Amino acid sequence: MSLKKISKNQPDIFEFNKTSLELAKRIISNYPEGKQQSAVMAFLYLAQRQNNNWIPLSAMKYIAKFLDMPYVKVYEVATFYTMYNLAPVGEYFFQVCTTTPCMLRGAYKLVNVCKNKISKNENELTPDSKISWMEVECLGACVNAPMIQINDEYFEDLDEKKLETIIENIKKGQKIQPGSFRGRKSSEPEKNRITLMDSKNA
Amino acid sequence: MLEDKDRIFKNLYNDFGSDLKSAMDRGDWSNTKEICKKGREWIINEIKDSQLRGRGGAGFPTGVKWSFAPKVLGSRPHYLVINADESEPGTCKDRDILRFEPHKLIEGCLIASYAVNAHVCYIYIRGEYVNEGAKLQSAIDEAYKDGLIGKNSSGTGWDLDIYIHYGAGAYICGEETALLESLEGKKGQPRLKPPFPALIGLYGCPTIINNVETIAVVPTILKRGANWFSSLGRERNTGTKIYCISGNVNNPCNVEEEMGVPLKDLIEKHAGGVEGGWDNLKAVIPGGSSMPLLPKHICDTIKMDFDSCVENKTGLGTAGIVVINNDQDIIKCMARIARFYKHESCGQCTPCREGSGWMWRMLERMAKGEASREEVDMLMDVTKQIEGHTICAFGEGSSWPVQGLLRHFKKEIEERNNFNPLVNTGQKNPYLVDQHLLEKKNA
Repeated sequence: MSLKKISKNQPDIFEFNKTSLELAKRIISNYPEGKQQSAVMAFLYLAQRQNNNWIPLSAMKYIAKFLDMPYVKVYEVATFYTMYNLAPVGEYFFQVCTTTPCMLRGAYKLVNVCKNKISKNENELTPDSKISWMEVECLGACVNAPMIQINDEYFEDLDEKKLETIIENIKKGQKIQPGSFRGRKSSEPEKNRITLMDSKNA
Repeated sequence: MLEDKDRIFKNLYNDFGSDLKSAMDRGDWSNTKEICKKGREWIINEIKDSQLRGRGGAGFPTGVKWSFAPKVLGSRPHYLVINADESEPGTCKDRDILRFEPHKLIEGCLIASYAVNAHVCYIYIRGEYVNEGAKLQSAIDEAYKDGLIGKNSSGTGWDLDIYIHYGAGAYICGEETALLESLEGKKGQPRLKPPFPALIGLYGCPTIINNVETIAVVPTILKRGANWFSSLGRERNTGTKIYCISGNVNNPCNVEEEMGVPLKDLIEKHAGGVEGGWDNLKAVIPGGSSMPLLPKHICDTIKMDFDSCVENKTGLGTAGIVVINNDQDIIKCMARIARFYKHESCGQCTPCREGSGWMWRMLERMAKGEASREEVDMLMDVTKQIEGHTICAFGEGSSWPVQGLLRHFKKEIEERNNFNPLVNTGQKNPYLVDQHLLEKKNA
């Protein structure tokens, strides 16, 4: 089970803005009538997206009212799943996968880079609150290990140097390019590919 | 080696595009209407004849599962739910299907929905796959626009709506009943079975839950015939499978191969061999982290299908092959897997909630050589207390890898942890599994 720290500084009021509200109405219509509770996970994402990538308690209360369900049920969901941030995270939120397939290919070296270049501890914001990092469990890109997720994007086939460059670029305010860092298009073998060759030439 | 013409996922490496037009060029959506016209019975029987087994890990025959759904639509609607909550460490095949072959999946959804009388299909994608989900959504939009799904889908007279539901980073939601709970907007804790979801599932209605890969191969099976599919592989282990080869290999990759392909071929031919040569191989986890590992001498000969894995006291699982070579500390690797399970236990059943943490802490100490000799057997005992005493299969999934380690590498652990237990050295504390908690602040 994951432990979650809830932020001490909570805003008093939270409301969906216009875009979120429109999306919310669309999402509710995906589920049968009377089963609007199903939308709670999507709503928490909406709140998270609207509020700089973290969910305040007031948003949970708002969602509970919106979906006509007890506040504690929303709280339960928000604390059960790991992807809901209940405290502020960096503008660039690094999630370093360290589960065995990534670990075999050097994920802990990436963790050390994060410790040296971002912050000593997990979930600690840099002074300009631009970056924070945490260790996460398998992100499902094992053949492109080691990899990290920054916000929504996957950065694959990394090593220490490449991660350092990414962090430097963020600090300089440059754009960062997601995908494989060894020039792979997807999960094909890097060298000596022997399958689906006709289509490759086609 | 499987010939290219027999590969189902021609766009596995995204050599073409994933859009509707290039999918149609590859043969998707070609005669969906004719297939559905042949009727539900025919579809289910054809899938039964093909001996397709579920690709999500358990390997349950798909045709049989479909036949569990009530034959006639009663007062309650039926649902089809696609499990795309791929989170088993070592597995990343569904991701490639979602982003490169979404139309195979959507066509499969239509055929499967028709076969089990479902008008609504939910695809449950893990929350981290934001971009993959967006690609699938745009493929769904394309299909709606062309009338392939929606009202009177593809001219079959069957109405189908497909919705995506994002998870939020819980491994346990890959378990089918936990997935349903999550879909209903609750925390993902598995339900007791029976009742099985085929009768009482999502919102208490009959629900069929299938893995992405299972559904995505269905259209091709029906188009090329059950005989073609069952001619690949061997009896009860037919067809093709996407294998994910990761870890200490030279060219980690996903590759579609015939069922029953030798493990050595997969590693040597497709993945460029073990780092440091085949002799440098230590162990292989054959089916995602929850399956027991295999030492080198078994890897030399084993064939990768459901039954031969079971014969070797492991399982094919999701076919996520994790290769570990001699440069790694095998105990540390398994301790990391134990930590994964500690983190992901949903906390509903005590043996799993507490036991997964015990196993992790014991293995961490064993990796450092701080455990006593007797604890090695105690660890085995702990795994046996978890296995079979939980609501869902997570208990097995967390204890099997540890059992595999003890089965094949017990000597190595004992060599590293070879001293008498603390109780014998004159301490007055009662002997606990968590003895170390008394001695160390941050254990």
